[in-house]
Amino acid sequence: MVEWTEFERTTIQDIFSKMNYDVVGQQSLARCLIVYPWTQRYFGNFGNLYNAAAIMGNPMVAAHGKVVLHGLDRAVKNMDNIKATYAELSVLHSEKLHVDPDNFRLLGDCLTVVVAAQLGAAFTPEVQAAFQKFLAVVISSLRRQYQ
Amino acid sequence: MLSNTEKELIVQIWDKMLPVAEEIGSEALLRMFTTFPKTKTYFSHLDISPRSEHLRCHGKKIVQALAEGARNISTLTTTLAPLSRFHAYQLRIHPTNFKLFNHCILVTLACHMGENFTPVAHAAIDKFLSAFSAVLAEKFR
Repeated sequence: MVEWTEFERTTIQDIFSKMNYDVVGQQSLARCLIVYPWTQRYFGNFGNLYNAAAIMGNPMVAAHGKVVLHGLDRAVKNMDNIKATYAELSVLHSEKLHVDPDNFRLLGDCLTVVVAAQLGAAFTPEVQAAFQKFLAVVISSLRRQYQ
Repeated sequence: MLSNTEKELIVQIWDKMLPVAEEIGSEALLRMFTTFPKTKTYFSHLDISPRSEHLRCHGKKIVQALAEGARNISTLTTTLAPLSRFHAYQLRIHPTNFKLFNHCILVTLACHMGENFTPVAHAAIDKFLSAFSAVLAEKFR
């Protein structure tokens, strides 16, 4: 069972309640595909991903980024039971999507950078630590059903 | 592989960071110590509390070295040879820690540059930091 401090809970709820999921989702996924181009292997049917401008303007990337953020929202609303909340999603990523779980951390890192750019100085080291702990739990839960 | 555009972007960004080397460097270190507490084990000989003299001084050294590397990207191995030896034979840092610190540099840049830290800039800096770390870890074995 993951132990959350009061500060960590409040921080996570605070960040996500103020977040525009559509924008952040698009920016994070696009950034991941640009900074770590090998992640494009999972999006073969997304059309034009030839360069940064194409990726940033791609409507399928935007739509999927939104899906990912709304998926993350389920963990935000169930912080005490992320493992169970993501059991099905974990199987999906492993058995159907065949995503190398090492790539989860890359998307998580890009999401962190997007949030940092938006919050600026408010994204203090302590806030960053709480945010990254949350993402680590999410990623660990998504990896769980891989076998 | 860095394109010429990326090399220029990298030099531009580090040139902007040099005047505030102390602030950027110490912030990146502090972020790393806070998010990844195990990294503190390498600094038991220093006072790494927020705003400490040691933290600011050390942060400044790191940013200065990064800026130097940025200006000499095509000769990183020669430019960084002394630092490379130092990291291999004296510091002996577990290589995974380079990635953790690089990530915290990226986060620090994002916080300070906001939307100017574009995906293209992010990619360029990440590639640069990976190349830089690889040279630092070159002599490990």
